[in-house]
Amino acid sequence: MAAFSAVKIPPPQFTTVRSSSQRPGSSPAHFAHSPSAFNSISFGSAKSVRSRPLFAVSSDVVSSDKTKPASSSASNPAVTREVALELYEDMVLGRAFEDMCAQMYYRGKMFGFVHLYNGQEAVSTGFIKLLNQSDKVVSTYRDHVHALSKGVPSREVMAELFGKATGCCRGQGGSMHMFSAAHNVLGGFAFIGEGIPVATGAAFSAKYHHEVLKQSKPEGLDVTLAFFGDGTCNNGQFFECLNMAQLWKLPIIFVVENNLWAIGMSHLRATSDPEIWKKGPAFGMPGVHVDGMDVLKVREVAQEAIARARRGEGPTLVECETYRFRGHSLADPDELRKPDEKAHYAARDPIIALKKYIIEHGLASESELKSIDKKIDDVVEDAVEFADSSPLPPRTQLLENVFADPKGFGIGPDGKYRCEDPLFTQGTAQV
Amino acid sequence: MAMALRKIGKDGISIWRRGFSSTSGLESSSSRDATPVNLFTAINQALHIALDSDPRSYVFGEDVSFGGVFRCTTGLAERFGRQRVFNTPLCEQGIAGFAIGLAALGNRAIAEIQFADYIFPAFDQLVNEAAKFRYRSGNEFNCGGLTIRSPYGAVGHGGHYHSQSPEAFFCHVPGLKVVIPRSPYQAKGLLLASIRDPNPVVFFEPKWLYRLAVEEVPDADYMLPLSQAEVIREGKDITLVGWGAQLSILEQACEDAEKEGISCELIDLRTLIPWDKETVEASVSKTGRLLVSHEAPVTGGFGAEISASIIERCFLRLEAPVARVCGLDTPFPLVYEPFYMPTKNKILDAIKLTVNY
Repeated sequence: MAAFSAVKIPPPQFTTVRSSSQRPGSSPAHFAHSPSAFNSISFGSAKSVRSRPLFAVSSDVVSSDKTKPASSSASNPAVTREVALELYEDMVLGRAFEDMCAQMYYRGKMFGFVHLYNGQEAVSTGFIKLLNQSDKVVSTYRDHVHALSKGVPSREVMAELFGKATGCCRGQGGSMHMFSAAHNVLGGFAFIGEGIPVATGAAFSAKYHHEVLKQSKPEGLDVTLAFFGDGTCNNGQFFECLNMAQLWKLPIIFVVENNLWAIGMSHLRATSDPEIWKKGPAFGMPGVHVDGMDVLKVREVAQEAIARARRGEGPTLVECETYRFRGHSLADPDELRKPDEKAHYAARDPIIALKKYIIEHGLASESELKSIDKKIDDVVEDAVEFADSSPLPPRTQLLENVFADPKGFGIGPDGKYRCEDPLFTQGTAQV
Repeated sequence: MAMALRKIGKDGISIWRRGFSSTSGLESSSSRDATPVNLFTAINQALHIALDSDPRSYVFGEDVSFGGVFRCTTGLAERFGRQRVFNTPLCEQGIAGFAIGLAALGNRAIAEIQFADYIFPAFDQLVNEAAKFRYRSGNEFNCGGLTIRSPYGAVGHGGHYHSQSPEAFFCHVPGLKVVIPRSPYQAKGLLLASIRDPNPVVFFEPKWLYRLAVEEVPDADYMLPLSQAEVIREGKDITLVGWGAQLSILEQACEDAEKEGISCELIDLRTLIPWDKETVEASVSKTGRLLVSHEAPVTGGFGAEISASIIERCFLRLEAPVARVCGLDTPFPLVYEPFYMPTKNKILDAIKLTVNY
């Protein structure tokens, strides 16, 4: 492995003033009686806060050429066979599922705005496969594969895409809103940046449970992952949450899936400083850049970031350099990206890279990998059949879940609950 | 839902032609140069003319430089340069505030919010800054050059965040104007009028009609008056009021009602605030019945304002309560869109109920 030193992310050297002149309530005083309970930051003596050094860790990819992902020597694989196969299977599932989505869309089974994840599988697999069931994932509209990696069954995701009642959100969310309470997937956000504050709140909740309610787990705090893209990093909500997360040392990891394009806007032309990882240290947290086309590198960075969060050391900003092989959505003709850029990243296909790695290190044979491919094909086919044969949601579901109390629409002029009045769904005010 | 080529109704439309229009010398409006175009092309023409006629006008927003996700801004960057037509990063609040700043210094800022569903981060800037700029500076400054363009409304498959109709929120803000065209011809004229109006305007474009609506649109520069409603169909039994894409549905309902002997008068409000109360009042004084229809949820929608105002003005004349056929009081649904929408049948039922009250 080259100069990548993800395993050695030291905590940022704070030089904050710890005196009575500190504003009351600026530290998370609602938790702590002693800061040492969750603060491993060393506080220096009173010094100007401005002299805080720029701190980040970056992989060799930042400065070096974009060559094929480096692999360690053939005699020393970075992962065990079980892990390698798990990663491979998860990435293949993500790819096969998305390809099937495209097929179903063009056949008219799926509708609306569908955004596919092809090419970015290493990020989802690299991070989410390290999580426990109680860890949380918050995503964007490109969320099918995040949900799958977290454990939501393919059947439920496919049924949701078809708009059926057996979908994970009972058909009400669709492609862009995958939620699962059982697997702690907090959505699915059509609006960029909207999920980040939600993830920040979820991380606060996890910390509160651990620190105050003392519902601690042996492995440490529950971690929240917030996934979002490069375009979102120019949005106010992102910066607000970086501040809050670091201020309160929340167990959250901000994962930037930098695929260089926001529909048709190139990241390089929309951002004053395109190196997103630098924004972490500006707020006092480590910022890491990683090759998002290499699942093993992503996993290594993720391991350290998650361990930090579990220990209570606070947030990390991870920028994954990745690429989407398809257009922004299935309605996007994708005319703006240059063919050589696409070819460059297609050559770094994460699945092909992992397959090569597995075979080179003798972790599995080609036929074993092929049988995984076949198994996944069957899973996806089964998901489609399930979704196809599932019923559409009943019409009564239209009024459900607007409020907690379905009778929350109040009482109509005839004295009955409005939601029970058949005219109510006809949209006419009482005449 | 495709709208056929519509003849330009000359009754009731006042066309304000600028002195340097390209069809100079032609007095008769029927021989002006016009081509059948769809909505996004009409809007594109309006933007070309706006930028051409004022060197201090700018178009910006997300993805506008390649033409925009709905192609409304095609050709502008190539023709006017990237210093006047440019992409912004993904920050609606920033876009709106930045546009207000440009407008405050005398520029015409035509900002695009990619979908009306995304306008809410900008809502703060629009409500608290744009609407109040002239007022609280005592007319030292104003942001009249501000125009926010945004596609709104259902599109059949948009789901929660590509289908909303937020016009009612903006109608509650004194200081802003809200304009919604129903067709390509209206869109070009109203957009040019909005851009040149000395007040901040939020211009909502019905995205369903971007490709579907085709109409003869003059190639020239022309404006349509703001705050003037248009009676697009005369009748005597009931007045129907709507705006945007909903009008084509109302029109279909009118046709069906006609077959049952009910004569409907159809009004396009065009400007939602300040709205043309006189035209609606005159119509209701004639018919005695009113029905308002819009896609946004019924409670607190703009139909409520119209209903309340008309009842104040025409109470003794009204033969039946004002009917509102609108979206349901739920978030805009995904699969249930057909049930949520105020469809032709719902409107027809309400017309009959009102007429037979």
